[in-house]
Amino acid sequence: MREWRSLLPIIVFTALYAVVSLSVTNSYYQLVMTLVPVWAIFGLSWNLLSGYTGLISFGHAAFFGVGAYAVVLGQIHFDLSPWIMIPIAAILGGVAGLLIGFPTFRLQGHYFALAMLAYPLAILYVFEWLGLQEVTLPIKRDNAAAYMQFADHRLYTLLALAMMFGTILLTRAVERSRFGMALLAIKQNEAAAEAAGINTLAWKLRAVTLSGAIAGAIGGFYAVVLLVVTPQSVFGMLVSAQALTVAMFGGVGTVWGPVIGSVILIPLAETLNAEAGSRFPGIQGVIYGLAIICVILLAPEGLFWKIRDFWRKRSAAPVTASPGTPNVASGTSAELVPLRPKRSAGTGDVVLEVRNLSRAFGGLKAVQDVSFKLRQNEILGIIGPNGAGKTTLFNLLNGFLRPGTGQILLDGREMSGRKPHELCEAGIGRTFQIMRPFLRMSISDNVVVGAYVRAKTDAEARQLAADAIARVGLSGIADRIAGELTTKELRLMELARALAGQPRILLLDETLAGLGHDEANEVVAVIQRLARDGMTIAIIEHTMQAMVRLVDSFLVLDHGAVIVEGEPEAVTRDSRVIEAYLGKKWMAHAPH
Amino acid sequence: MTQALEGFLQALSAGLLIGAVYGLMCVGLGLIFGVMRVINFAQGDFMMLGMYAAFYFFTAFGVQATFGNTFGPFVAIVLAGPVLAVFGYFVHLTLISRVSGTRTSSLEGEGHYAQLILTLGIALILQNGGLLVFGSVLASIRTPLSSSAWELGPLFSDISVFVNKARGIDAVVSLVTMILLTLMITRSRIGKSLRAAADNPTAATYMGIDVDRAHRIAFALGTGITAIAGGLLATNYPFHPFVGVEYVIVMYAGVVLGGMGSIIGAFWGGMTIGLVQQMSTLILPTQLQNAAIFVVFLLIIFFRPQGFFGRMVERT
Repeated sequence: MREWRSLLPIIVFTALYAVVSLSVTNSYYQLVMTLVPVWAIFGLSWNLLSGYTGLISFGHAAFFGVGAYAVVLGQIHFDLSPWIMIPIAAILGGVAGLLIGFPTFRLQGHYFALAMLAYPLAILYVFEWLGLQEVTLPIKRDNAAAYMQFADHRLYTLLALAMMFGTILLTRAVERSRFGMALLAIKQNEAAAEAAGINTLAWKLRAVTLSGAIAGAIGGFYAVVLLVVTPQSVFGMLVSAQALTVAMFGGVGTVWGPVIGSVILIPLAETLNAEAGSRFPGIQGVIYGLAIICVILLAPEGLFWKIRDFWRKRSAAPVTASPGTPNVASGTSAELVPLRPKRSAGTGDVVLEVRNLSRAFGGLKAVQDVSFKLRQNEILGIIGPNGAGKTTLFNLLNGFLRPGTGQILLDGREMSGRKPHELCEAGIGRTFQIMRPFLRMSISDNVVVGAYVRAKTDAEARQLAADAIARVGLSGIADRIAGELTTKELRLMELARALAGQPRILLLDETLAGLGHDEANEVVAVIQRLARDGMTIAIIEHTMQAMVRLVDSFLVLDHGAVIVEGEPEAVTRDSRVIEAYLGKKWMAHAPH
Repeated sequence: MTQALEGFLQALSAGLLIGAVYGLMCVGLGLIFGVMRVINFAQGDFMMLGMYAAFYFFTAFGVQATFGNTFGPFVAIVLAGPVLAVFGYFVHLTLISRVSGTRTSSLEGEGHYAQLILTLGIALILQNGGLLVFGSVLASIRTPLSSSAWELGPLFSDISVFVNKARGIDAVVSLVTMILLTLMITRSRIGKSLRAAADNPTAATYMGIDVDRAHRIAFALGTGITAIAGGLLATNYPFHPFVGVEYVIVMYAGVVLGGMGSIIGAFWGGMTIGLVQQMSTLILPTQLQNAAIFVVFLLIIFFRPQGFFGRMVERT
């Protein structure tokens, strides 16, 4: 029922658009009415990759052009109707997406954007060289409809509209599934997504394949509508630019963005061209450019988000006046948790064993020859001064970095050199020193991302996430956006995200950093409860104070190497530890 | 055999000369891209403006009368640089600064989306505005030197290499500009603030450097430099208001080749592009010259994404 209600605006919009388009009689405006959904679909295709993953593609013309040429050449050489060729164009576009995506996803940020720029342009020159400068779709006199050639041009509009409706439904389905969640997580923070068990490369490849398929299909349809295909008109930079323009103008990362952008910009440009183009050549480009600049200065993330934020502010104003949200974690303050009896070292099954692990960055030995064992239900504190190699050690354990030498054994299985999402799947969850929340997502959605690694269905993932949120005591504010949370709440949310994947071992990287004394105690209490319930934990901390009560044993690192290992009481009195923390000078003052 | 060698030497010399100008063109963009990390799509159109500026300086503002037909064009070309630098300064002040620099931290994707769209909008206005103002007729800045050549040689086994005089002077002007710029970046106070802002904007801010101002200077300088390169190209190639699109991609290819953030790298990147373009004529049909550029570009981006002179900076 709710699903249907949210579909309503789309159905109403499509129906209204159909009615308007049927009333247009001028053939030029009929063409414009067709082009609006065409560019909207192309924008949606771009949005599916770039809007959701944040990897900006300048190369969508590659897929569009492949589709367009496939349809035209298919009819010329094999007499295949566009009804058959457009689906084939979609397949070709998808394959092109996969072929281009696979090598290009190794690149990040600007490099990715610029590499994508090169593909359609390289193809453009090859097509020119092949002598395909201007290819025309043969006109069919008999049986024209079987070749998608209609006397009544309004049929093209309806067909385009149907395709747009289909694309919107598809995009929405992606948006609401684990697919969409994975893409959003990649956009917000790729490293965190990997650590939460998302195989980022696999999801990006799926996105670019689907996106390429849509672009290929609509490129093929565009060729049918315009009848003539030239390399510039389908592979040119302006084609790629069109996709990002309509999407960014309307709003990135939402189904409505490209549609809004297309509905406003395409008629504007075409009308200007028709009305003033002959007297003032180029006037439409100037006004188009001005419109884009104005919108981007006023609404840098697109019209849709601006309007939505505006509405939210208006409707949210009275709500914020209500008394502040109760402190949900207050029920978990330290006193209420019975202290878990400390375990004596050396008992229990070994879950994680690290042998002679080393990693150097150039000449800097960040981790050298580190060995330790982590036993079932143990809390291991890893301490050491700044730059001791603590976080590097975690990065090795969860796969962000490859070890130089040494072994990481999880339940006796060699795991070193695996990717982060594989290690997450194997049962290593972690949090970050510098927090990596998905800021635009709610607490629930943040945590759900972490649950997918275990869950087979969306419902199961929701359940796991809800459990994890309850375990850290954030249930009361689960719907709040991560960007609005306090440091303590973010720390707990990250903890929940790691828990949702049901890890066997939790790696906590300075979970107490930046917290006040009382807040730190609350978080410590949560960690203690987790340990009481059987979790195995390795925690990095800078300061020893909070840790002494928490951990079963310490591993002290300095300059990348283990200097002491043992029970808290013994370690804190060890002269080498004091030296590492305070320097030799203070040794004389140290209590013995 | 001798013919093949002659062809090779001819393509090599042409590549080096055109490469020197491409190099300068890329340095202009490299400054902007390296310091600001903004993908500026309008850079090719700034270059187009530089071409027209030089064209009008030469024909309408008395440069022709003062300096004559032979060297007048080069004076006009150099004069176009500062004019476009001022233009770039104001474009940054009024538009680019609103979606870049210290303001962007609050925007999604550090404002990349907004920057792209904004510069695309500027590019559209300049191209189409250019069409309105300058018309669609091909223009060129011809000097008598454009159609005459120095003959080097006969070198050995009667092989001679011909060097187009205009291109030769273009390369010299380009190198001189490049040297002056390098001196400015390495020696002057402004240059230091540019490098600091490029290296670590946050730290630069703490050191009392006005990062937005550094960006503005980089943008102005980069625009001016590219404009000069545009004028130099125009002595051999006719141009029109939409010419920028053809070059902006070459510019990015060069900048990435050289390594983002490296000025001298951008120059060598542009040089490489010029060489690849000219040398590819030896084995490939002319239409595939540009395809060759992109293929080389992609290969380098995959195998050495940090470019010739760049460092791999990974921030986790």
